[in-house]
This record gives sequence, structure tokens and C-alpha cells, in this order.
Amino acid sequence: MLEAIGVQSMDDLLIDIPKSLRIKALDLPAGLSEYETLSQISTLAARNRVFPDRLTFRGGGVYRRFIPAAVAAVTSKPEFYTAYTPYQPEASQGTLQAIFEFQTLIAELTALDVANASLYDGATAVAEAAMMAHVQTGRNEVVVAGYVHPEYVEVLRGFSEGRGIKVRRGTEPGPNTAAVIFQQPDFLGLLVDARTLTERAHAVGALAIACVDPISLAILAPPGEYGADIAVGEGQQLGLSPSYGGPHVGFISCRKELVRRLPGRLIGTAYDKQGRRGFNLALAAREQHIRREKATSNICTNHSLCALAASVYMTYMGPRGMRQVAEVSFKRAHSLAERLAAIPGWEPAFPDRQFVNEFPMRVANAPALVRRLARKGILGPLQMNRWFRELKGVVTFTCTEVNDPLALDELVEALQS
Amino acid sequence: MTEPLSFEKSRPKASAPRLPDAGVTAPDPSQLLHADQLRKEAPGLPQLSEPEIMRHYSRLASMNYSISEQFYPLGSCTMKYNPVVNELAAAMPGFAGLHPYQEEDTVQGALELMWRLEQALCAVVGVEKVTLQPAAGAHGEWTALRMIKAFHHSRGDTRTEVLVPDSAHGTNPASAALSGFHVVEVKSGPDGRISLPDLESKLSGQVAALMLTNPNTLGLFEREILDIAEMVHATGAMLYYDGANLNAFMGICRPGDMGFDAVHMNLHKTFTTPHGGGGPGAGPVGVKAELVPFLPTPTVERTNGHFALDFKRPQSIGRVRSFYGNFGMLVRAYSYIVAMGGDGLTQASRDAVLSANYLRKQVEDDLEMPHEGPCMHEFVASAQNLAHQGVRALDVAKALLDRDFYAPTIYFPLVVPEAIMVEPTETESKASLDAFAGAIKEIVAQAKTSPQDLHDAPKNLPVGRLDEVAAARRINAYLQGQSDDPVLRWKPPEK
Repeated sequence: MLEAIGVQSMDDLLIDIPKSLRIKALDLPAGLSEYETLSQISTLAARNRVFPDRLTFRGGGVYRRFIPAAVAAVTSKPEFYTAYTPYQPEASQGTLQAIFEFQTLIAELTALDVANASLYDGATAVAEAAMMAHVQTGRNEVVVAGYVHPEYVEVLRGFSEGRGIKVRRGTEPGPNTAAVIFQQPDFLGLLVDARTLTERAHAVGALAIACVDPISLAILAPPGEYGADIAVGEGQQLGLSPSYGGPHVGFISCRKELVRRLPGRLIGTAYDKQGRRGFNLALAAREQHIRREKATSNICTNHSLCALAASVYMTYMGPRGMRQVAEVSFKRAHSLAERLAAIPGWEPAFPDRQFVNEFPMRVANAPALVRRLARKGILGPLQMNRWFRELKGVVTFTCTEVNDPLALDELVEALQS
Repeated sequence: MTEPLSFEKSRPKASAPRLPDAGVTAPDPSQLLHADQLRKEAPGLPQLSEPEIMRHYSRLASMNYSISEQFYPLGSCTMKYNPVVNELAAAMPGFAGLHPYQEEDTVQGALELMWRLEQALCAVVGVEKVTLQPAAGAHGEWTALRMIKAFHHSRGDTRTEVLVPDSAHGTNPASAALSGFHVVEVKSGPDGRISLPDLESKLSGQVAALMLTNPNTLGLFEREILDIAEMVHATGAMLYYDGANLNAFMGICRPGDMGFDAVHMNLHKTFTTPHGGGGPGAGPVGVKAELVPFLPTPTVERTNGHFALDFKRPQSIGRVRSFYGNFGMLVRAYSYIVAMGGDGLTQASRDAVLSANYLRKQVEDDLEMPHEGPCMHEFVASAQNLAHQGVRALDVAKALLDRDFYAPTIYFPLVVPEAIMVEPTETESKASLDAFAGAIKEIVAQAKTSPQDLHDAPKNLPVGRLDEVAAARRINAYLQGQSDDPVLRWKPPEK
């Protein structure tokens, strides 16, 4: 090949690199065979402790759920996972149509007009929604109401700083408020008064941004029903493994009036000369590769394959499957909450508030309790004082369809022993 | 062949999947929650049986080009083969089953993997420390710019401008703007490299950073990089490296040695994590010592053989996403680095450069080469020579699709008219490079004899060229309330 190029050696091709910059070798070990590679990585994997699904009662934004085998069977098709961003639509119809279906599924679930092709995660989805509200209203403040996931708020603060937006905690928006952001259910698992918060936002000309749990929407009123302008959330529960926090998928949907402010990719239908329907990147003039510094967001690579997983999950479940999963989780969580409240010294942390499948309890000596459960092979509740000083002694438990009745018995027994 | 949407195939009578029953006595949601809190109408999700679903997605898969089946010479995107062993590694229950809020002593292996990956990336790019948190390249750019901003602020310096070359990726100016900077463009000179006089004229005490990729988007190494670094640093600004083109010189030279202060890496390009049809990727950022205090929290630290997450970093910019990054992608990249080793990574880059120069040579008589070689890992040609036949870069791209090649990047960088940007990568054989060159020759010959055929390409795919203008018009009509067809989603036909 060197001869064909017309040079003597590789060094002739690297001639533009200043000599002083050339290095002799990388300071890394030599390569390994596939067998050795896997064995080294298995050793690392073995240094982690994996709790069984059914004995995992910890949530806080990432949940154990039943994942139909169909999900991995689809996402492990190399035609999907080794394709690039669909810049050549004729050769990418598979990805484009799957994402168009994802957009429709999310729009249906949230009862809003249009959803985008995906974002990185729930945290960046909240931040991107806030940026939309800032641009739409021309206002420089967002109000975070109640216990929104603390990591989402931290990411929101980072995004806001660059744009000169103030993040304020509270429930009363003012004349300079671009959006009221709330989470339904909130970080503790409790239901918030989404309708009132939405009305308050609208009363001052601000937008209402609802950060929602996608499974809960099979039961709960969706953002579109109570008038929220933008819905965002984390889609991990829709067929993705916990994987130590990622990759998962953020979603965002909005009212028609806000579509031009949406960040990232949007897929739409388009027709060829023969009148055949296809799918293509739409409204690309919002995006960084066209608009550069004036783009609605800098996002380029998003979480397409995770969105595909979520699509397969929702299609597999259908409306009845989603409802079944949500209801089973609801009932088991309520049954567990009642049994836990009966343990001497235990009480619901917010007895007047409703929840779906994650709930806060007030307990004595939470750290010891979590350690004791771990010794019995149970991943116990999440301690809230890690983020909120006022919630000392408050822990949240999560129940889903993977925590079978016997697992609940084991948990309660372990706590009473 | 086209495939109906899952929604169009939906059958209300399809049985719902069998799922566990609650098995406990507890009230229904409707008994506990207020009517106002409950969903009134079930979401309009499709209802299909599992075999129907599997067939649907198999058909969709067959409508995609992908690395697994096609040569994908997509410039700037480094579409190399994704080793299947990486998938096995990431799917190990010891990784995939970890909850992000597990106690530290139960995730020592995960933290060690992250720590080791960090060390390896530091060695490849020549920096002090790395954050693995950013989810993609653009996210990494933005993270780095925020660190640079925080660094200047910590010295009471409020710089407002970021310099970006006219040949830069669109994410560069977008990330700079989102970090609150004013973007100033720096021109390329006639040789395709950044113009030093223009850079000089734009540098001032207001400039926070220059964002640069090297080799640049034309595939050319910025020969004067050491001078550029000196000029930038002399004004107190920082030098930022866009790692999209890192595949050009692993083991040959390092951005850190060139004077870059912050470097992002695309694990989904250089380090073979699959692109997934548009993500998930991962965009770690490496920094020199001066920027270390500003890294996002948490960082992974090792003390006495124990690994821990460090949240107590007073000058940190805070977290840039939830949890610790796209951990599953980190496992894949680590698996690649372990398998390749220092020797393998070096060979990969050398082969990438060799492939690009070989392919460039094969097509240099067929297309215009606006800049002199040698190139690094990619080259930019121009279809300008076909203009008088009315043939454009777009036509060449579509004709390649008909010949079972994915198309190169076209119309980028913006500084080359009718640009065709080709990055073959090291994982293609000489035979596939020759086949691609043969296809280019065929297309160029066809441009002379029957240009109309090229305008009609592609003909062998599920759809032909889609009318984007009409699609945009339909979207406008919907957004302005003049049409009920939302274009951006499916809606049931009116009854």
C-alpha cells in the first residue's frame, strides 16, 4: 500500500507531525487475547455484588423491572446497534422508523403533541426543558417545586449557569419565572399537586414542566391532561438494565407551540418521487450541525439504541401490559408500606401524601438497617439525608413487579429479626 | 419494501403479555387516588403479539445499513468495527445488574474499571486526570468549556469569547454558546490549516479558549500546533481539543504534549463502542493539572487499594449528568483497550492513516483534492469537478448507497464546496478500499455519460430520495394549525 501511495515508509505519511511531538510507545500493557481480555474483565465484574432483582428495594431514579427477552433480541441486532446516526435516510429507514415510533409512543404516554428522538438521561432532559422555557418566555428564572431528583437539579443548575438563568426552590412563580419544574411522583415517591402547580405557572405566564415516571403514566393523569407544556423523564424503566446508572434514555415531549424549541433530533415522515412514505430527520435547522452557535442545543449523538429498547418494551407491553405492571407495583408497594408501618418504631414519613410504588418511611438508625439487610442479601432502602438534611431518618422503599410476595415477606422478616 | 408502523399493525384483540399478578391484598389505584390524579384514557400504544413484534423489528433492521454489513466511510465519525466481545463484557451481570446507589464496598470492581479506564485514557492523550461522566462528544465539549470558565473565574478573570475555526464541527460553536460564551470564528488558510495571522488578530484578553481538532476536519495535521499553543497560552487563554479525530495518532503523539489543556474523547468513535444508530456514546474529558480542581463530581479515587467516589471537591463545576456516566459504554471501551493494548492502539492509528492515504491516492484522479497530502486518518475530496455535468456531492453519495456502500460525510467541512469527507478506518481491508475506489470511478464515469441516472439514485433501497422541502412545508402547516397531520408522529386516521 505504501508503494501505491508513492512513499517509502509510514513515517513519510506522518511528516506533518513535528518530530518533538512523536512518542516512542504508549505507556500501556501489551494487548491480550479475547480469552484473557474476558477473564480480566470477569475478575472486575466478580468484585461487584449484584443483588437479586426480587430483593432490590432501592430506587431513587433507577429501578429493577422485568425486561422482556424481546428487548435484547432486538437491540442486539447489529443492523441496529452498529448503524450511525441516520444522515442518509434511504439507507437508515429501520432506525428512522423505529425512532418515529418512539416519538409517537412517548407523545401518547405523556398525552402531548410531539416528542423528540431522545436525550441522554432524565437529568439533562429536565435541563433542556428549562432552556426551552427560557428561550420561549425570554425570562431568566426557573422555579423547582418540591423534591425533584437532586441530581437532576444539580445538572439543571450547571446548564442554567451558562445561560445566565437563576434556579430557585419554591412553589410560587413570579413575573420573571420562565418555568415551574416539578416531579410526579417526586424523588420520595410522593404525588404532588401537578394541576395546581401547572395553574400557578400559567397564571404568571410561565411554562409548566413535568418530570414524570413513564410506568406511572399507565395509572396517573399524564402531563397533557392537566395542561403541562413540557414533559420530560428518565426512560430506564422501559426495558433498560440498571448498569450502574447508564446508558439509559431521557425523553421530552411538548405542546405543538413549542416544537421549534425542542432540542436534538426529530424524525418526521417524508415521501419519495414514487409517493412511498419514508422517514427523515426533520426541522434540522434547529440543530448544531446547521445552526452552529444559534442551535437550540448542542446535542448531536443522543441515546437512539436505548430509545429503541424503550420502544420494544412499550410495544411488547401495550396499554394493558403497562397498566398491569403499574398496578402490580402499586399494590405491592401499598401492601409493603402497610406492613412496614406496623413494625414498632416505624412510621410513614408523610402519612397524608399518596404514592405509587416508592414511598418514604421514618426509621431509627437507617445506616445499621441497610447494613443488616445487605448481610441478608437484600438491597435495602435509600437514605434521604444523603441529599436532604431535613430528611434525617427518612428512607425510601421501592416495589415493582419483580418484588414477588415472598420477597416482601423476606424483607419484613429481615427487618423484624 | 416498506414496513407499516407498529401502530398501523395494531390489533385491539391481540392478547396482552402474561405478567405477574400482585399476589397481595391491597387497594386498586382507583380506590386510593382522587379521580383528578388518575389517567382518564389509556395511552394509544400498539397491541401486537410477540411474533408480530419480532417480525416488525427484523424487517426494520433489514432496512438499515450498518458496520456489520457495509463499509461506512463516514468522515469525522470513525465508523470502525465494533468488537463483539465488548458486548459480552458489558452484559455481564456483575456490571449490568448494579444499582447506581449501591454502597461503595459492593461496587469495587466497577469503580476499579472506571479508574483503570481513566488511567488508560490519560496515557493515550497525555493529561493529568479524566472525567468519564459526559454522555457524548458535545456533552464533553460543554463540560470542558464550563471547567475552563470556572478556571478563569477562580482567578477573577471574566473572559467572554471562545475562538472556533471555520472548519470546526457544529457542536463546537453550539457548546460554546450554551456555556455562555460569544463565539468568534477563525479562518482557515489556503492550505486548509488554521490561519495564524487570523488567529493572532482574534486573540485578546477576552478569549477564554480556542477549540481545535487536530488533525483538523480536512484530515490535515496542524503543523504549527506548537506555535498555536504558545500564542493561545500567551494571552492567558486555554487550548481545547475536540477528540473527534483522535483515531489519527494514538501511540504516535498526544494532544497533551501539543499543549492542549482539555481534551474530550468519543468512546463511540476511537474506542469502538457501537454507535447504536445515534447513541448512546460517551465523551470523557481529560484535563491538565490546572483544570483538575474543576472536574465534575464525583471523581473516582484510589487510596490503599480501595476505590471511592469523591464528592467533596469545592471548586468542581458539579455533575453534568445523573450518576457516573454511560457506564455500560465505559465497560465496552475498557474491554477494547485491554484487548488492543498500547501496541494494538498504535497499530490501529497507523493503519487508519495508511488506509486513508491509500484510498485518497486511488480516487485522486476522479475527484478534486483541494488540499495537498499526505492526510492523516481521513481526507476531504470535492465533487466540484462534476459540477458542469450537473452532478453534486449528494448525487455521488446516493449512487454509493446503490452500490452497497454507506456514503461519506458530505457538505462538511463548510470550507470545501461539494465536500466529500472519507474516513475508511483501520478495520477495513485493502479489498474493501479497492471496491470503494472502483465504485467512485464508476460513478464519476456515469456522471459524464448519464448524469440523470445519478440524480435518480438510490434505486435499490426501500425508498428513493425523500422530499425534505415538502416535508418541511407539511410540518409548517401542522404547526400553524392548517393541517391535522402532525408529520412528527403517527396519529390514528379520523373516524
